[in-house]
Amino acid sequence: MIWNHTKECMSREQMRDLQGRRLHKIVEYVYHNVPFYRNKLQQAGITPDDIETIDDIVRLPFTTKQDLRDNYPFGLQAAPMSEIIRIHASSGTTGNPTIVGYTRKDVGVWSECMARCLTAYGISRDDIFSVAYGYGLFTGGLGVHYGVENLGAAVVPASTGNTEKHVRLLRDLGVTGIACTPSYALHLAETMERMGVSRNDIRLRVGAFGAEPWTENMRREIEDKLGLKAYNLYGLSEIMGPCVSYECSEQDDSHICEDHYFPEIVDPETLERRPNGDVGELVFTTLTKTGMPLLRYRTRDLCTLRDDPCPCGRTAVRMGRILGRSDDMLIIRGINVFPSQIESVILSMPECAPHYRLIIDRVDNLDRLTVQVEVRQEFWANGFDTLTPITDLEKTVAARLRSVLSINAVVQIKAPGTLERFEGKAKIIQDNRKLD
Amino acid sequence: MTIHQLSVFIENKSGTLVKVLKLLKNEGIQLIASTIADTAEYGICRIICSEPTRAYDVLKAAGVAVSLADVFAIELDDEPGRAADAIEIFAEAGISIAYLYSFLLRGKGVLVFRTDNAQAAADAIKSHGLKSIPESDLYKLV
Repeated sequence: MIWNHTKECMSREQMRDLQGRRLHKIVEYVYHNVPFYRNKLQQAGITPDDIETIDDIVRLPFTTKQDLRDNYPFGLQAAPMSEIIRIHASSGTTGNPTIVGYTRKDVGVWSECMARCLTAYGISRDDIFSVAYGYGLFTGGLGVHYGVENLGAAVVPASTGNTEKHVRLLRDLGVTGIACTPSYALHLAETMERMGVSRNDIRLRVGAFGAEPWTENMRREIEDKLGLKAYNLYGLSEIMGPCVSYECSEQDDSHICEDHYFPEIVDPETLERRPNGDVGELVFTTLTKTGMPLLRYRTRDLCTLRDDPCPCGRTAVRMGRILGRSDDMLIIRGINVFPSQIESVILSMPECAPHYRLIIDRVDNLDRLTVQVEVRQEFWANGFDTLTPITDLEKTVAARLRSVLSINAVVQIKAPGTLERFEGKAKIIQDNRKLD
Repeated sequence: MTIHQLSVFIENKSGTLVKVLKLLKNEGIQLIASTIADTAEYGICRIICSEPTRAYDVLKAAGVAVSLADVFAIELDDEPGRAADAIEIFAEAGISIAYLYSFLLRGKGVLVFRTDNAQAAADAIKSHGLKSIPESDLYKLV
């Protein structure tokens, strides 16, 4: 099902036209209402009239998380406080929290986009939908809540905590849909198990999960334990909240509500815009936001974009799974390398264990990437009479890395359990280059 | 016609080889021959020893990456040129050799090798009257 045919299925041509017009308007709006942007645009020698089509977006300055912190709390707000009807704040583990004010129009757009997501997941007004994101400053709870109401389904504002009560409500009310973090979904499944409630006792059919990274394995585990179909829901509070992109029934990447949030992929180092298919940093421009519009906001999330038509009928650009954070990017022989790309190659090989080290040296003025990877015990168990299986595996890993990274890496196979294990965030990267 | 050889994977860092050899020592298992094929990062230590199957179990239980391979062992007279003659036979029969090493034992030369074409090698040994050493005899030579 599709919530808004006109917007979700318009031709690429029409979409570009709409985006161009909206971009011009939003640049004009921030130029006159946000001194921060007026200064930046003036420094770049740009006036709003220079922005005519969506392709002109590359002329605009970027916005970073640091810009939001530096302008705490309301420095980037474009609308007067009399127009703001809600304020969210993201957790600020380092420095100031990020404050986002929403106008009535913004909350309406948010609810519209969220209704698109829910409809794509197969939720309709006949459903009972439980929102188990935290309600409060975090955008997850209220964001999904307003979307469910806009759609016309019955919302159960369960929030987080008191999980046993939540399980009873799921069972007794016959709740059919749920939104929460993937880890909370697993916690819910464990609580059900402890309470002796099986997946057959509940009627959950659709789950919308996001706000933290999750894997295909987690997806399968959640689907198996809760007896539902699990969909990805992506968003970030700086841009709006959950609703920025969503999976359709094809579950082949996530459609972006690009009539409101214009996506670009840029090279995190040069900040040049990259073509569809390239891995790079995801950047969003809010095309219709009035509370706190942002131009080219750098999400730090790494992914790819594609605009081929989807069998579901939607024409919107799709974003791939988040592959990591641009802060982790390495530049090796002038080529951007993301550790997550290397990890995905390693995880795709049944012989390899998920333990690896990346070592970068400079030999004769050339960068050299060494990938040490442990093999699984199963691969190891039968021993080796010759080195051929090991050298073959090294060659296979190196070939796959070359096809993904476009650079040659030295691959060293390690015996199971020989790489040091780290607590918490693993120090998997060792950069020995001394650059003066 | 073949004998058992232990193939032990060892990482190229100090202490790994001695760990393997000590395990065998503690069990009273004697080395008859050994050789190491190496790359920069690791090697394979090939060992002919007394009680190879027990040695295999001991190493396996200690978590060592070990396999038991069937290799040919040919007895040659201890004089110049005998190895060349033997290998020529295999070369002419089109039998490729994966690895090979030799040692002297009680005045006899022993040529150990592994081929992926074991049947052809066995035929060549028979038809050319080469003397393949049974495992039990090898231990008696010690």
